[in-house]
Amino acid sequence: MHHLEIKDLCVSYDKDPVLKGVTLSSDKGEVVSLIGPSGSGKSTLLRALIGLTPPSQGQVFVGGEAIDYFSRRSLRTLRGEMAIVFQQYNLFQNMTVLRNVSIAPIKIQKRSRSDAEKEAKSLLEKVGMADKQDAYPEELSGGQQQRVAIARALATRPEILLLDEVTSALDPERVNEVLDTIRGLTSAGITMIIVSHEMAFVREISTRVAMMDDGQIVEIGPPSQIFDAPEQRRTRDFVSKILKH
Amino acid sequence: MFERLVEEAPMFFNYHNLVFISQAMGRTLGMTVIGCSVGFFFGLLIAVLRQSSMIALMPLRVVAIAYVETFRRIPFLVILFIVLFVIEPLLPGTSLFGIATVSVCLLSTAFLSEIIRSGLESVPQQQIEGARTLNFGALQMLFMVVLPQSWRVIVPPATAFVVMFIKDTSLASQLGVIELTFAGKMLVNRGFSPVLGFGVILICYFALSYPLSRLSAYLEKRLASS
Repeated sequence: MHHLEIKDLCVSYDKDPVLKGVTLSSDKGEVVSLIGPSGSGKSTLLRALIGLTPPSQGQVFVGGEAIDYFSRRSLRTLRGEMAIVFQQYNLFQNMTVLRNVSIAPIKIQKRSRSDAEKEAKSLLEKVGMADKQDAYPEELSGGQQQRVAIARALATRPEILLLDEVTSALDPERVNEVLDTIRGLTSAGITMIIVSHEMAFVREISTRVAMMDDGQIVEIGPPSQIFDAPEQRRTRDFVSKILKH
Repeated sequence: MFERLVEEAPMFFNYHNLVFISQAMGRTLGMTVIGCSVGFFFGLLIAVLRQSSMIALMPLRVVAIAYVETFRRIPFLVILFIVLFVIEPLLPGTSLFGIATVSVCLLSTAFLSEIIRSGLESVPQQQIEGARTLNFGALQMLFMVVLPQSWRVIVPPATAFVVMFIKDTSLASQLGVIELTFAGKMLVNRGFSPVLGFGVILICYFALSYPLSRLSAYLEKRLASS
């Protein structure tokens, strides 16, 4: 049984199909990266998976359980197991760093405050933000905010982590600090679905890479296949164009 | 004129008149405080209602929009008379102060709901998506994420509205509620100089609204820096 299984997933915005039948599965602890041109549906796939954009068709299974995106209860269960990190960090502006990381465990998961704060502090330590725990998001750089956002996502102890272009909004100098943080997570056994334009990083970290175009997965395989010996012409074009830079 | 003021002052500031003015000031303050508290509560309710997308709440939403859009457009004096003529036959014996207070609540709810709504809408969608993916319920999202970030947009126009509102309650005098303006008129009718009578009333209004303006300025500064 796969940890995450997506079958023929379709999403439309105002009747305009954006995802046109995506089928993808991932085993526990696997890191699957989605690459492809802008508008190919990578981010939409992640948003659909966590229920921000409900799918119009298709099925998603987490640990063998089918997700009903129109049932509150099913969504709650899903979001207890899955977390997302956004391109724009989306940290709560009215809360300190520590509060951002600990609020969901305390208020939503009803864990004890001391327990949750202890864990939040150790997560902040892990992403290198422990000394900023009392700062507000707007006092931090983009890279720092993104590291806090990763700690916040991890604080709910997700089994599946979605990373949506987490370095795209950052200064080039800040990209590596965030990528280093993500590298540190791969050994934790968390299944990760990553959308990224950092090809060297994708190649290094992924167990498999999926090439998306026009709302579909064109090709999927280990990084060596996708980057060195792509079978599809579309993949070859995309990869050669990107790697030239 | 000045001599007349000096001459009248000892008679004007007697115990009876001071109690009379304080009571009138109490009524003005009462209408404002009750009106704005009730208005804030129901205004928040309506603002949240208008933001929700639940289909089951659709009929309520339509009623709320119709109410807000209507009551923001009728002069307060007209609201006063409508309430008077609706309540009088239904609940005979309701005090004029009660009727004025109900009118005041109807008006402030409509205005404050719009002020609060624009505050709620100022919070970026990303904040809401962040909360949703962390499993926040609707109320948790409202009280922990959205409202705390809306204050800085809500507070300045809301306090400006309350200050304006203090002045608007003077229209209740048309109904016969002895609030500050009516009290001034009565004192002048008793033969005191209008300059003295209304001068004192002016100072009373100022005493009510000035602290509020200061509070607003303070809150604005604090919210902007946090």
